Order: sequence, then structure tokens, then C-alpha cells
Amino acid sequence: MGSQNSTKHLTSLGVAEASAGLAAGRFTSVDLTKAFLERIERLDGALHAFLRTTPAEALEAASGADRARADGDSRPLLGIPLAIKDVLMTSGIETTAGSRILEGFVPPYSATAVNKLKAAGTIVLGKTNTDEFAMGSSTENSGYGPTRNPWDLERVPGGSSGGSAAAVAADEAPAALGTDTGGSVRQPAAFCGIVGLKPSYGRVSRYGLIAYGSSLDQIGPITKSVADAALLLEAVAGVDPYDSTTMPVDVPDFSAALTGEISGMRIGIPHEYFVEGIQPEVEAAVRASIEQFASLGAETVPIHLPNTELALPVYYLVVTAEASANLARFDGIRFGLSVDGDTVFDHFRQTRGAGFGSEVKRRIMLGTYALSAGYYDAYYLKAQQVRTLIKQDFDNAFTDVDVILSPTSPTTAFRIGEKVDDPLAMILTDIFTTSANLAGLCGISIPCGFDDGGLPIGLQLLGPSLGEEKILRAAHAYEQSTEWRLRRPEL
Amino acid sequence: MKLTKDEVQHVAELAKLQLSDAELDEYAGQLDQILAYAQQIQSVDTSAVPPTPQVLPLSNVLADDASRDSLSNDQAVDNAPDTDGGYFRVIAVFDESGA
Repeated sequence: MGSQNSTKHLTSLGVAEASAGLAAGRFTSVDLTKAFLERIERLDGALHAFLRTTPAEALEAASGADRARADGDSRPLLGIPLAIKDVLMTSGIETTAGSRILEGFVPPYSATAVNKLKAAGTIVLGKTNTDEFAMGSSTENSGYGPTRNPWDLERVPGGSSGGSAAAVAADEAPAALGTDTGGSVRQPAAFCGIVGLKPSYGRVSRYGLIAYGSSLDQIGPITKSVADAALLLEAVAGVDPYDSTTMPVDVPDFSAALTGEISGMRIGIPHEYFVEGIQPEVEAAVRASIEQFASLGAETVPIHLPNTELALPVYYLVVTAEASANLARFDGIRFGLSVDGDTVFDHFRQTRGAGFGSEVKRRIMLGTYALSAGYYDAYYLKAQQVRTLIKQDFDNAFTDVDVILSPTSPTTAFRIGEKVDDPLAMILTDIFTTSANLAGLCGISIPCGFDDGGLPIGLQLLGPSLGEEKILRAAHAYEQSTEWRLRRPEL
Repeated sequence: MKLTKDEVQHVAELAKLQLSDAELDEYAGQLDQILAYAQQIQSVDTSAVPPTPQVLPLSNVLADDASRDSLSNDQAVDNAPDTDGGYFRVIAVFDESGA
């Protein structure tokens, strides 16, 4: 009984708490890693947050971290186990991006973000489930079956980083990496009652991230606290010679931004983000959070982002066009599934037809159409022009405010199967999140309440490009002044 | 605007996707619906607006002209279904008869 309690205690820890416990010698990295692996073993049959775990490698790395600590190594992330979304390549560990077309693919190299975390001393527990190639908002589009929401097993965890979010919410990992192309870190964090940070475009290297929408994709941490998000961002951020779209700027001490002090901070409340169709409890919780920010000394300022309703159609044209080009690499010749055909083109057709799931095919079709002769100007070029207007809305707003506050998603977690047959309804769940990717902004989702059914609600704070310190400071001050983070799902 | 099955088949051919008859029917209807939704951007006057293909204030990012470590030949072809002597093997692209 005593030992079970102490194991449960270990898995309830976040990154900073676990780091403090390791530093104080209260437990070892092997203790910690074993506790998480045991909890995964016990719970993940029902949740399916992980596609695969790597217990042998994890325990070996944990022993190594414990030896290093005994030799005086005191880096903050040394010996901390983490979960990694399966769109991030991990050398020697099967990586599928949730797609059957990559079943059995073992990458010869790791993503830069994964290498940086390993160099910081962290341990990989395993790879988490995702919508196939990160295309989806519910993790139902995984080629390996859906992930379930720890707060209600009949509901989705959000997506596409639903496996990472469910794993962290269920105490199967202290933190995880996800990726966010149109909200795929922030929305599942909101649905699972935890923290999800999408860094500014160019802040974190995309090298080794299996590409979906290359002008939109960013890797971000999914954590139990804002402080943990700051710690992990600091570890993965920075310029990378292997990704020419990383910004050549120094990485700030993000943890130092968490002062708890936000008096005088100007928080924009965009009129266009409080529209019809928001679940009433979500709107009420987010409006209450505005009051809370004001009581902490922030100035809340009504603002306008007039092109808001165009963001979603622009996003779907841009992201599918980029996806159709990126996924051309899956041809059955160099890696992945290969289905024989009579000619080389037939080989491509058969391989791709058999290997891709229905949502991936749908998005490749839409993107191919938008790029095809006769439609390019009307769809793809037009979308890029309207993207300019959306970005200008934010550029203008950020001359007046420090951060922008909105709901993360218009609803709480929906039921598994509820939207799978209606692609447009599924798309609409991303209505508040895609703009940040189109404009290259940073954004964070943090818990701000629960609906009548006990499901978590998230609020989103958006900041300008490279404005992570502002959103982290605001998010941390709110988090520490409320108790939402203390309520955990019962599993 | 209604996408015909032939148009959907044409797009599938451009994308090199083998689709079943049922998939062609399903995608025709769904693409219609999504394109109708996307149609709302047509109402915006963008005659004087430049496109934004990417958001970074960077251009011509160059790497040092120096060699660096890379994958070995074996590693590079290790995941391929069919290789020969360190090369990817593919079905002949050109017809040997020259026709």
C-alpha cells in the first residue's frame, strides 16, 4: 500500500517538481521512470495514448542519468522522462506519424528537438498517438486507432497531439512534445485540462519533424504547468543549421519571465472571437478569466481582428496545398509501404492508395486541386494574399496590446465518432487556433474551468512573433492565482 | 459549382492516388462542401495585397560551404523495400522499345 502510494505520488509530478525531487535525492531517475512505465502498462490499454513504449532504452538511460548525477551533473532536465509525438523522428525507434504507410519505419536520425532534449538529459518513455500525419483535431484519424480522453473515455482527447495530451493528463508522463500546425498542441491541451505551448514560427527547429504544412508547423511542449512549458521550450528552442527557417536569435531564459507580475500588461480581447456557436460554459469561463486577469492588475482592452472569419478557409487551402507537396515523398521507393504495380506510376498509385487513410487522401486531394492548373490563382494565391491581411490584423493589434486572450476551442471535448463523417464540422473546431500559425505567432492554452459535465475548458493567450516571454508570464500569473490545475481526472 | 466524378478522378491522377469508386463519390461530395466554404475568401479585394507564402523576415539563408557528417550509404537505403548494391531499385520509367 505504502509503495503504491509513493508510486502514484511520483507519477503525479510535473517536470520542475520531479527535477527538485531528483536533485534532493528523494528518488532516482530509475524510480521515476519505472513508476511512469508501470502506470502506462496499467492504464494505456484503455487510453491508447502511446503507439509504443521503449522501456529497456528508457531504464538504461535512467541508470545513466543517475550515474551522471552521482558524478555531480545537476542539469535541470537530467533524468526526466518524457513522451514524444510520433511525427517526430527518433533514431532507432519506429516512427510512423500515425500512418500505416510508415509502419515499421525506423529512422536513421532524430529530430533536432529530440536530440536537444536527450542532450539535456531527458529520457524517452515512448511515442504517442496522433492523427495520421497530424491531420485532424481528435486523434481519431490515427491509422492505429483513437486515443481516449482521460476525463471521459467516451470522448476524444483533441488532436492532432491527442496522444501526448492524454498521456500527460493521465500522469503517464510528466510532459510531452507535440506539434502544432493549426492548433494541434493547444486544442488537445484544452480538451485534456493541461498546458500546451505553440512557439513562434522559427523558434524551434523543424528538422526531423515529418512535414505536414511547412510554413505552419511548430514543435511545442505539452505540460502540467506553465513553468514546465518554459523549461522545455528553453531546451528545444534555438537556431539549427539543419533548418534554415529557424530564427537566428538567442534563446531567452524563459523561466525568468515567470515573475507573477502582470500589472499594467495590456491584454486584447478580440470581439470576433466571441461569436455565436461557442458552448455557453466555455464563454462564461473565458469571460471570468478576463475578470481574473483584470484583478491581477492587467488592463483588458477590446480589440478588433476584422479578418478573423477568413482564417479557417485560408488555413485549409494553404495547409492542404503544402501537405499535398510534402506527402509526395511517400512513393514506396525509399521507405515505407510498397505495393507492386505494372509501371512506376502504377506503383505510386497503388502504394499511396493503400497506405494513406481517408482524411490524408481527402487533404491531398483538396491541396492538389487548389494547386492545379486553372485553380491556382483563385485558391492558393488568393489564400496567400488573404493570409497577408490576417497577419496585418495581428501586427496592428500588437502595436496596442501585449497579448491577446480568447477561448482555445469553441467547445469542450466531443464524443468519439461525433464528427468523423463531417469533415467541415471537424475543421470548425480549429476556428480560434489557426490564425496563430498563419501569422507565425506564439500561443499557449491553459486551463480556465470546467463545463457542467466536468470536462476541462482552456483559454488561449496569443503573443507576437518571439513574444513567448509575454504569454508565459501572463499564463503563469493566471495559473498561480487559480486552482484549476489541481483538479485531476480519476483513473 | 459541382465537382464531377471525372474531375475528382483527374485530381486523383495528379496526386497519384488509387481511389475506389466509393472513394471518388465520397470525395466529390466532401470536396464540393469544403470548396464552397473556402469560396468566402473570393469576396475579399486583394488586388493590392502581396501574398504571404511564409512569415519569416529572413531571406537567402545560406549554409557554410563545408562538408559535414551525413548518413552512410547503408543507412540511407536501409528502409527501402528494394535495393541493389546501395541503390534504390525502381521499375523502369522508360519503355525499352523506344515507343
